[in-house]
Amino acid sequence: MSLFNPEIKKAKERQLFGPERRKRRRDQSQQGNGRRDTEAENRIFRNRVIACLAVCAVMVAVLFSNLYYLQVISYKDYQTRSNENRLKIVPVVPSRGIIYDRNGVVLADNRPVYHLVLYPAKEFDTLAEIRELNALLSLDLTEREAVSLSRQARTRKKFSGIEISDLLSEEQIATFSVNSYRYPNVQVAASLKRYYPFADIATHAIGYVSRINQADVDMLTADGRIDNYEGSTEIGKLGIEKYYEDVLHGRTGSREVEVNSHGQIIRTIKYNPPKPGDDITVSLDIRLQYYAQELLGDTRGAIAALDPASGEILAMYSNPSYDPNLFVRGIRSRDYSRLLNNPGRPLINRVTQGGYAPASTAKPLMCVMGLNEGLVTPTGSFYGMPYFRLPNSTHQFRDWRSWGHGWLDLYRALEVSADTYFYDLAYRAGINTIHRYLDLFGFGRRTNIDLMEESTGVNPSREWKRARFHKGWALGDTVPIGIGQGYWTTTLMQLVKAHMTLSERGKVNTPHLMRAISDPADGGKLKRGFENREKPPYIELRDSSYWDVCRDGMYLVVNGPEGTGRRAFEGARYKAAGKSGTAQLVAVKQGEKYDASKLKVEHRDNALFVAYAPFLKPRILVGVILENAGGGSRMAAPIARALIDKYLLELNPGGYMGESEPRYVKFGMGGTVGVQ
Amino acid sequence: MRQDAAAKTSLEKVNTVVEKGGFFFRHHIDAPLLAALMVLMLLSLFVLYSASGRDSAMMMRKCLHTAGAVALIVFFAQIPPRYFAKLSFYFYLFGVVMLVLVELFGDISKGAQRWLNLGIVRVQPSEIFKVVMPLTVAAFLSKSPIPPKTLNTLISFFIVGVPTGLILMEPDLGTAGLVAVSGMIAIFLAGLPWWWILLGLGAAAAAVPVMWNFVLHDYQKARVFTLLDPTSDPLGAGYHIIQSKIAIGSGGIYGKGWLQGSQSQLDFLPEPHTDFIFAVLSEETGLIGFVILMALYCFIIWRCVVITMRARENFERILAGAFTFTFMFYIFVNIGMVSGILPVVGVPLPFVSYGGTSMATLSVSFGIIMSIHTHKKVMIFGK
Repeated sequence: MSLFNPEIKKAKERQLFGPERRKRRRDQSQQGNGRRDTEAENRIFRNRVIACLAVCAVMVAVLFSNLYYLQVISYKDYQTRSNENRLKIVPVVPSRGIIYDRNGVVLADNRPVYHLVLYPAKEFDTLAEIRELNALLSLDLTEREAVSLSRQARTRKKFSGIEISDLLSEEQIATFSVNSYRYPNVQVAASLKRYYPFADIATHAIGYVSRINQADVDMLTADGRIDNYEGSTEIGKLGIEKYYEDVLHGRTGSREVEVNSHGQIIRTIKYNPPKPGDDITVSLDIRLQYYAQELLGDTRGAIAALDPASGEILAMYSNPSYDPNLFVRGIRSRDYSRLLNNPGRPLINRVTQGGYAPASTAKPLMCVMGLNEGLVTPTGSFYGMPYFRLPNSTHQFRDWRSWGHGWLDLYRALEVSADTYFYDLAYRAGINTIHRYLDLFGFGRRTNIDLMEESTGVNPSREWKRARFHKGWALGDTVPIGIGQGYWTTTLMQLVKAHMTLSERGKVNTPHLMRAISDPADGGKLKRGFENREKPPYIELRDSSYWDVCRDGMYLVVNGPEGTGRRAFEGARYKAAGKSGTAQLVAVKQGEKYDASKLKVEHRDNALFVAYAPFLKPRILVGVILENAGGGSRMAAPIARALIDKYLLELNPGGYMGESEPRYVKFGMGGTVGVQ
Repeated sequence: MRQDAAAKTSLEKVNTVVEKGGFFFRHHIDAPLLAALMVLMLLSLFVLYSASGRDSAMMMRKCLHTAGAVALIVFFAQIPPRYFAKLSFYFYLFGVVMLVLVELFGDISKGAQRWLNLGIVRVQPSEIFKVVMPLTVAAFLSKSPIPPKTLNTLISFFIVGVPTGLILMEPDLGTAGLVAVSGMIAIFLAGLPWWWILLGLGAAAAAVPVMWNFVLHDYQKARVFTLLDPTSDPLGAGYHIIQSKIAIGSGGIYGKGWLQGSQSQLDFLPEPHTDFIFAVLSEETGLIGFVILMALYCFIIWRCVVITMRARENFERILAGAFTFTFMFYIFVNIGMVSGILPVVGVPLPFVSYGGTSMATLSVSFGIIMSIHTHKKVMIFGK
């Protein structure tokens, strides 16, 4: 009560405001404002309140108009922006088409994989975490890689993580799970990754996918395909994976989701499923492919096997090869430089990219030219000297047999592979004619194979030499072309394609890997196969019997008494035809400009062999090239034989193996051979 | 003595009549005002439930705040207004001392020194002036007849200026402005001559460039720039305004429905439970929600104006008027800021925003207004 005691209050007032004011104040309260103009005060105050109320009314009006403007007049606009805020379209990456071999064996698969993903966060030291995890899980990262990862983490978009590990093993996942409480911003993420179960067996044909890089982005943007790659991380980089990228990739779907301001997904509103990529069945037979690898062993070289009737490639192997799985998860620089610096050049597909001199394997093709141009006849005789000499010249173009072959006709010339016969033929044909026929057979051009990695080789001509060496064509340049040496370089695929045309008697088939494209969602229904791309799809000769003449010559190579391939094909249960080739390094050296590093300093010959069987209606045609291996008939022919044996006898027994009754054919030099 | 006795008898009769005003009036409570405030606080519970993301702990505290607010209103309504007048100078002195202490020992949070840590509680002395400033000015000016003379006007400006300056130094532009405005409203109501007002406006206009170059901090300038063109910095300072306008605009006439506002529920709004709670309300209840809220506020203001006009003492009516129009000013600044027509200053929406301090100061103001309305008999007693 003392607080409200008037006496105490008085004392306070005196101290605070002084006696005079206190008195006045007391007067006011006690005498009812006697000395003040109450009316005037009331008036003033009322006016002021009214003024304030007017201001209040203006304020309410302003607020209401603003709200009306926002919520009624601009409603649509803000509604749109609100939806833009909360709705995000998230791409859904389609699963990539599977690649099968001709028997349905999976060559390229999608497998769920696990890796560590680190989401950079302010409260954690990214580099220290990477180092710790590296030690804990033995991730095998070098210090430099750790630093570069942590730098990546800094430049990453908000909320997106970086992969700091390769595929994790079960053990690593378990170790991490136990310790995961220490790394709240690190997660084990699952995703689908391309996996090549056969590792290095079909690398050059199937290729691989790898991370999309800036060059890919530029290319996709230029093509207008970039939208379909929203969310995709991988793209085909080589082989079938690259060539049929559009088929395998599929159409990206989308998910409309509601997100909060941090980008976290709250719920899915609409789902537009992706269309998975189409599956591809390739014509390769993985067993034959594996066998080709086995046959080559440590030898650098390449094998191509086709079905000549269709152009389907049954095997395509380039040795040495490498594991494409390395590239899928982003190849480490030390692995890559190891591949790059390997003297065997594993990154090059020797079947389509290696430029070689065809050597004697070109001779049957020269015969086709000679017959059609009327330069030779099947039975016309020619005396095989130890060497060939141009008129008014002392330069000797030596035969492979230092003492010569004696009398030859076309059949025997092929059988014994007489060089002088073809020196003479080439000399008489001239470079212009040779160039025209080689072009007809597809040399110096792309084979139209469904691979991007292909070089064209060189089909030499006067124009080519002038452009390349700024020199005119010499007569001496023409002569070695006749035996497949000189400026002429070819890829194994071009050579095999030309021989396929010959074995099919003029019908040109495009060598290809894709056998069928099918839609996995549609029960694997075939969508399309491969269509022949040759225009025109045949080579017309003056007399179509010329084909058979040349084929018979090749038959003699394998079956004739003097045939260079007779030893390799001794005792075969089918009749084959073939042609050996031994490319001298000198000749190869002239082709060095295409890939000099491919040839080592060793001065040994390249061994080649082309063969097909059964003779009359061939089911398989094989081309073999072995770098620096020596003679074609001794080294390459047995490999061709083994591969044909494998295919005809073991893998596809019971098919056509030739006629049961031999048809006896009399050859020009008086010999007779039974053709089956 | 007989005269006194007779007077006492007649006064008792008057008081009996007054007391027959009803239960609430007898207990110094203005029923319409309290009812409106409680409806408002009840409504704010629903808005907060949505704005807080259904945070039950926050709801619990808000309920406590609400109960405390009602208790404060009732408590302050019991105290006769003259005690406030008498104690106003002490309050004022206390507040200034606290502000100086903040300046010297205050805690720094978000770049400003606003809090004073008293060991048990952290207080924000600038908040005290939201009540004390009109109180002191009203008490001072009502000691002499209104309109005030030049000297008294100058003194009252000084009374307003000292704490305002101290708060500006923290720096807290928003609170300084609110405190200054509440004092100015009191001076205006007391009858500040119009030519003074014109002069003041002119001086303010002249001061703008000076303020801009020498007083305002960069973040304060940024807020002004942002207001002029929020799109100039959509992810920085303009983000809040843009998101808030999107929330309000996308509410439309009927709103998206309670708890359905995507801007509010998906964290696009900054501080949705405090300063930007109006955006939540607008998004979810639309223009209709705004109209209902405004109607409630207008009713409260109307009731307060009635009380102001009925008050007999200059101190009482100046004080009640100052509280009333400051209340309206808060509403205008908050909604104006959230809807993008005023710069972002930290002003909560009265009784709706989450925050104990704001609720407390407002409750005290409304308690005093009720006290003014219901303590008329005390004046008759006089001595």
